[in-house]
Formats: sequence, structure tokens, C-alpha cells
Amino acid sequence: MDTIPMSDTSHRTATVGSVLTRPPAEPDVAERTPLPDPAERDIVFELAGVEVRYSGVTAIEDVNLKVAAREITAFIGPSGCGKTTVLRTLNRLHDITAGAQVRGTITYHGEDLYGPRVDVAEVRRRIGMVFQKPNPFPKSIHDNVAYGPRINGRKRGEIGDLVEEALRKAALFDEVKDKLKQSALGLSGGQQQRLCIARALAVEPDVILMDEPCSALDPIATARIEDLMQELKANYTLVIVTHNMQQAARASDRTAFFTAEIDDAGRRVGRLIEFDDTEQLFTQPSDSRTEGYITGRFG
Amino acid sequence: MTTETLARPNPTPDPERSLRGATPPPGRTSDRVFQVVTLAAGLLVLVVLALIVVATASQARAWFNAEGLSSIFSSNWDPAHHHFGAFGLLYGTLLVSFIALLFAVPTSVGIALFVTEVAPRRVRRPIVYTIDLLAAVPSVVFGLWALAELIAPLSHIYQSVSSATSGVPLLGTLFANPSGSGEAFMTAGIVVAIMITPIVTAITREVFVTCPASQKEAALALGATRWEMIRGAVFPHGRSGVVSAVMIGFGRAVGETIAVALIIGSSPRLTANIFGTGDTMASIIANEFGDASGTWRSALIGLGLVLLVLTVIIGIIARTVLARADRRLGIVAR
Repeated sequence: MDTIPMSDTSHRTATVGSVLTRPPAEPDVAERTPLPDPAERDIVFELAGVEVRYSGVTAIEDVNLKVAAREITAFIGPSGCGKTTVLRTLNRLHDITAGAQVRGTITYHGEDLYGPRVDVAEVRRRIGMVFQKPNPFPKSIHDNVAYGPRINGRKRGEIGDLVEEALRKAALFDEVKDKLKQSALGLSGGQQQRLCIARALAVEPDVILMDEPCSALDPIATARIEDLMQELKANYTLVIVTHNMQQAARASDRTAFFTAEIDDAGRRVGRLIEFDDTEQLFTQPSDSRTEGYITGRFG
Repeated sequence: MTTETLARPNPTPDPERSLRGATPPPGRTSDRVFQVVTLAAGLLVLVVLALIVVATASQARAWFNAEGLSSIFSSNWDPAHHHFGAFGLLYGTLLVSFIALLFAVPTSVGIALFVTEVAPRRVRRPIVYTIDLLAAVPSVVFGLWALAELIAPLSHIYQSVSSATSGVPLLGTLFANPSGSGEAFMTAGIVVAIMITPIVTAITREVFVTCPASQKEAALALGATRWEMIRGAVFPHGRSGVVSAVMIGFGRAVGETIAVALIIGSSPRLTANIFGTGDTMASIIANEFGDASGTWRSALIGLGLVLLVLTVIIGIIARTVLARADRRLGIVAR
């Protein structure tokens, strides 16, 4: 924990309060929101009363939380609690899932993410994602990273530099610099996952969502990804879903604990139980269910 | 979980004891039978193929003996004067197939993408059924329909395109001398395109459907639009499958007989005029086999052998190209 400067609860509340007073952004999607000043602790996502249904069945409901800029926010909880579902609302990836429906409001820098004129491709350009299983394209290492800049209309001359920069940021360049033309599928699992991070970085996003990015990796590769997350935090907002509580405790600034419970009507619905500073949540959880989960009594 | 269940007795193998049991357990026999049956089924295909090659080759020998190399490399097919040069027919077959693929492949890929990625879920099934139904229509029906409904309007189009492009280099030659009846290489190509579209669509659709969601999500999460996602994820994934579909479509097109025989104009020749009449190997076999005897008959059987060899060569080329591309991408051969 010593690597993460952690504020105490009162300080955090004050910070969040001051952020909330900032004037709401223009609801015009065409205008590119400038990257927030790193000095200012800014709210990137604000979820209010979010509910996700699959074919009419509620998977998770009543999620209220704020994701702050330049922080790592971790979503933890047992399988099936809806944490990945919540993560996928943040880059509108549910749009492609048949029958999925998102209710409530989610704002991104004050703009309604699900507003009528929002360009979904633009949303995903700014909010990158790394998946549970490394999913490089069956192309060369270079072409994997170049895919994003290419579809976003970057000039041919810029691509080489962008690819190198992204690979350096993802701490992969030195390992692959001599084989950029070789297939990405020849890399190890950990390298593939860092390639996927590089691929996301090459689009120059504001936020990176990570859906259990280390669950398919060995401990050494996991440690490298976690180190990388700490480096990326300086410039990006990270939201990470993890099954691994140690990972959340080690790597994140704030933690949201989700769990699924059977309600009075017999429905199994995911809920956000507690959202707090990571240190606070892991040392003094305010909810007995959180305590039960982090001490390994259930889940 | 108790320690007792975890601690299993250590199975120390007796080095003296053989791995072979005293009597084979009953499962072994059925395994053995299964192996033999499947092996026999596999060999049967090869045996039948070998018999076909041997039989057609022996029947076609008289043709090769009579014509020598000009059997294949001469384009003079004139049974009345005992000339049986197959080159014009080989050319006609390839030209009709090429025209057919030119129309059928983009259409099929388009339908497959529409059905897998674009169409609302409710209408996907009905579209697939309709296209599969098209595949069940007998070849001769397409031929008769084309003869009755298609060749007359097509002949007008051929005339106007031809006069519009006359004098233009290349295009002028390509579209020169349109057939008055509308029976032409182009007509046959269009009809064959309609006939192979269902199978090419079905195969491309299957490979597009199997594109992993993770690949599509990877592209979309990078800000790809639907088309960019298709280009970045679905096409690379389906590439080898599309090539197989094209090859199977080509195989069908090459072998298409009755419909082509009805609408190509039955005049074996080597010409660049795609609006003119021509002939293909399969259609000339259908048209002339009943009257043929002697070298003529042998030549027609020889055409069948050439057809067979042609499809095998195309198949080998396609596999080689694919294997090379897959190796370059580090994909293990499927």
C-alpha cells in the first residue's frame, strides 16, 4: 500500500464535494471535451440509479458511484454480481449485446453518455477497454497497435511513431522491437495483454477500462500489468474489474464492492454495496457483507 | 474437505506388470470396429476417385492419341472435320466461371454480412431459409427461366453497351460482336452466378458467424464503426473461409452443365467478346454426347478428365495460398 498516496476519508469527501461544484459541461458531443487538468481531481463518470437488464431481466440495479480522474477505481465482488456489466455500460459496449438495456443516468465529464446525439464510436475512442482474455487481432504486432490510429484517420507518416510510443507506454517495446512484423499470436499471454493495452493507448484515450485484465495471466505477468497500471495512472483514468481482492487492495485508489442477492420477489439482482477509498474499504468496511467478502467468509 | 480425502495412496507402479491387460476390456472391441469402419469409409472416397480417373483416362486415350498436344492446346473443335481441340472450351469454362464469381462473390459476402451483422435478429432466419431454398432449385429451371425471360432483355443491353463502347480500346474489344439472341458467355456467367450465390453465401455466413465476440469487441472498443469492425475483425477472421467458399463456388461454376448448355449459344471458340456466343466443357458434353462416337466420344470424355484435373489444380493453388498466409500470421492450420 505504501506506493499509493492515500487520502483519509474526510479529505476525500471534501475533494469530491469541490469537484461536484464544477459547472456542468456543454451537452454537445461534437465538441471534444478537453482532457482534464491533472492537478484538478475531476469526476470522469457519474452513475446515478443505473440498472442493466438482459432481455427484461434485471442483472444489476441502483448503482450510484463516481469515478475520479487519474485514479484507479476497482470493482470487486463475487462472480455474477454484475461488476463487468457495470464496466461495459461505461463504453456503451452493451449496445451490441442483444436484449441488453441500460437505465438510469451515466455522465462522462458531465455529458449524458446515453444522450440522443452521442456518437458511440467517439465514446469508445475516448474510453478504451482491455478485456479479460487477451484478444489481439490475427495480424502483426505493428498492425495490431496501428489499427486504432488507422481507423481514426491518422496519417500514414504518424503511425510508426504512434505505435512505438504506445508500445513503450505499455512496457512492451523493448521485447518486441525486432519483431514488429511478426504475428501478435506468437507472443506470450502476458505480452499479448500488454499489446492489447498498447493497442488501447494508441487511440489516445482518456479512460481505460480493464475487465479482469490479469485473470488469464501468471503471477509475474500480473505483477507487470499492475506496475503498468500505476504508471498509466499519471495520465489516464483507470477502472478495473477484478476477482482478485489482493489486486484491488494493492493497485487501486478506490474500490466498489458489488454482490448479488435474492430480493423479496425472488429475483437475483446485483447491487453496489459499498464504495470507498480502497484502504478504508479493506481496513474498516462499513457493511458486514463487504467485510464478509474481503475476509473470505463468502464469495 | 478433509486431509484424508486429499491424501490418496501413492500408486507405485509395478515395473514388472505390463500395460496390456490379460483380456481387452469390452470397450476396446467396439473402438477397433469403429476404427476399421471409418478407415474403410475414408478409403472408399479415394478408391472411387481413382477409378473415375482411370476409367475416364482410358476412355479418353483415343482422343489424346489422335490429337496429341493439340487436343488441349488447339481451339479448333469441329466434329464434322474431326478436329477436337479443347482450348476454346477450357477458355469458355474459365471465362464463364470468372464472370460468375465476379458477380456472385461480392453479392454473397454482402448477404452474409447483412445476415450476420446488420439485419435485425428477427429477419435473419427467414433470409437464410430463402437463400437456402434458392440452392434447391434445379439447374435446368434456371436455364429455362433465363432462356424465356433473361436473354431477350440482355441482348438489348449487350447491343447498347457494345455500340456505346465501340472504338474504346480494350472495352471495345471486350464488348464487340454481341450475340443477337442474347445467348453469350456473359448470360451464362450471370445465370451461374445466381446458381452459386446460395452456396457461397452459406459458407461465408458460417465463417462470419464464428468470428469470436472478443475480436469484434476489440475493434469496437477502439472506436471502430460497424464497417471498420467488419474490416478489422470479421474479414481477417473469415478470410480463409471466404477463399474456401470462392473455391467451392468455382468448382460448382466449372461443372455447371444444363443451364449453361441452354444459354451460351454452343459455339466453341476462343474470343475476347464476352457478349458473344461460346461454349464450355460441361455444356458441350451435355449437348454432343448423345450424337458422338469414336474419337468424338473419346474427346468428350477427355473433357471430363480435364474438368476434374482443373478443379484439383485450383483447389491445390487455393490451399497453398491460404497455408502461406496463415503461416505468415502464425495461425495454426485448421
